[in-house]
Amino acid sequence: MRHESVPIYWRNIPHYYRLVARRCKKCGAVYFPPVVRCRCGSRELENVELPHEGRLIEYTVLHQVGTDFLKQKPLIIGLVELSNGVRVTGQIVDAQPDKLTPGTKMEVVFRRVIVDGRHGLVMYGYKFRPVGGI
Amino acid sequence: MSRVGIVSWGAYIPKYRIRTEEVARIWGDDPIRIVDVYLVDEKSVEGFDEDAVTIAVEAARRAIRRAGIDPRRIGAVYAGTESKPYAVKPISSILVDALGLSNNVFAVDMEFACKAGSEGLVAAIGLVESGRVEYGMTVGTDTSQGEPGEHLEYSASSGGAALIVGKDGIVAELEAMYSFVSDTPDFWRREGSPYPMHGEGFTGEPAYFRHIVGAARGLMEKYGYKPSDFTYVVFHQPNGRFPVRAASMLNIPIEKVKPGIVVTHIGNTYNASALMGFAKVLDAARPGDKILLVPFGSGAGSNAFVFTVTDLITERQKAGVPTVEEMLRDKIYVDYAQYLKMRKMIKLFE
Ligand SMILES: [Zn+2]
Repeated sequence: MRHESVPIYWRNIPHYYRLVARRCKKCGAVYFPPVVRCRCGSRELENVELPHEGRLIEYTVLHQVGTDFLKQKPLIIGLVELSNGVRVTGQIVDAQPDKLTPGTKMEVVFRRVIVDGRHGLVMYGYKFRPVGGI
Repeated sequence: MSRVGIVSWGAYIPKYRIRTEEVARIWGDDPIRIVDVYLVDEKSVEGFDEDAVTIAVEAARRAIRRAGIDPRRIGAVYAGTESKPYAVKPISSILVDALGLSNNVFAVDMEFACKAGSEGLVAAIGLVESGRVEYGMTVGTDTSQGEPGEHLEYSASSGGAALIVGKDGIVAELEAMYSFVSDTPDFWRREGSPYPMHGEGFTGEPAYFRHIVGAARGLMEKYGYKPSDFTYVVFHQPNGRFPVRAASMLNIPIEKVKPGIVVTHIGNTYNASALMGFAKVLDAARPGDKILLVPFGSGAGSNAFVFTVTDLITERQKAGVPTVEEMLRDKIYVDYAQYLKMRKMIKLFE
């Protein structure tokens, strides 16, 4: 999530909060983040909520991070394959990087992503964490 | 009146813990004495990116998952808290979108110190029982505040517990409820003030014990219960000593109170305190068990509820949702500096 304007955040709430993706009614392809047009050419897509559990495919540890994340270094970013096969990138929390391995069972959690200072909006969204802790 | 009761429950405890001895080390207190006074060995600490909203969402999602119901059938949602990230902007409306409820839902945040979450339960029961909504949900959630170096800091902690009320699929049927409220200056926080104040001599007798015992005794007298009727008794838990003493004042054997005690391991999660104890008891209850639940909030008031556990409990306990017991064991210890960072108590340029 970039440091976003309030309207953009508001429009993306279903996608940030509940992993609402778009599924093509013609060919069944699922897109996350959501798209308006399928690669098969169809514009007939419907909302579908992605499962909240999956497995870690790969991850990286960022020591150089953007201004919104300066106080959260190091940042773990992972690619997670959800139980329906859709792959989603996201921040990994409540984990020690050296104990993560591909295949680790992950769950979706709801967290603060960007906080606009002391007076602005708190923007929430999905992150991942290992199930049962490591 | 038609049957109404708890259909599902969900709890969430952040993973981080700070030991009482670590807090005592910073402030020059004797940790053995502090543990002896409060019976709190360690307390839960929210992660850097957690707050009362995220905690509420996790607890509520677990309750919905356990119930296996379509969230759009929930017609009322209440958040009880005293740790709102916003002074003005509700947690309950964030819950609506984070949980995928319909937009046709009665929603509000409630405030009555640690009692608000249980007042949400009362409201949900009323709406469900009258047939206005099919299911109602209440969430007690807090990242409770305590001034660093002040005694409250040894217990003020973070956690959430959610209950879904309905008529269909009841696991704990409501039998009776009773309330006891009075204006008591035991604990307060003014608008804009970062930490609460409390009247040292006020927190026990005229506040906690008067209202807890008043509500429990009132309920027992009005509806004809005696202590031996209850399998489990769960009180609000500001420390490990108060609920035990309340039990003895009511002639309730301590064995009935112990299974619902969580404060020794996670501290006082305020609006989630009694509801977390209730969730822990529901994790282990058997059909036919009778539970007396008595939350308390400063200011001050208590609600007392009696529930009877139904046959459905066994099935709902196997929903694959983490139990309170499992969460009590699943922890990462932090030191005092990490704790200050996670609780956002370090002043930063913003
Ligand atoms: Zn397509």
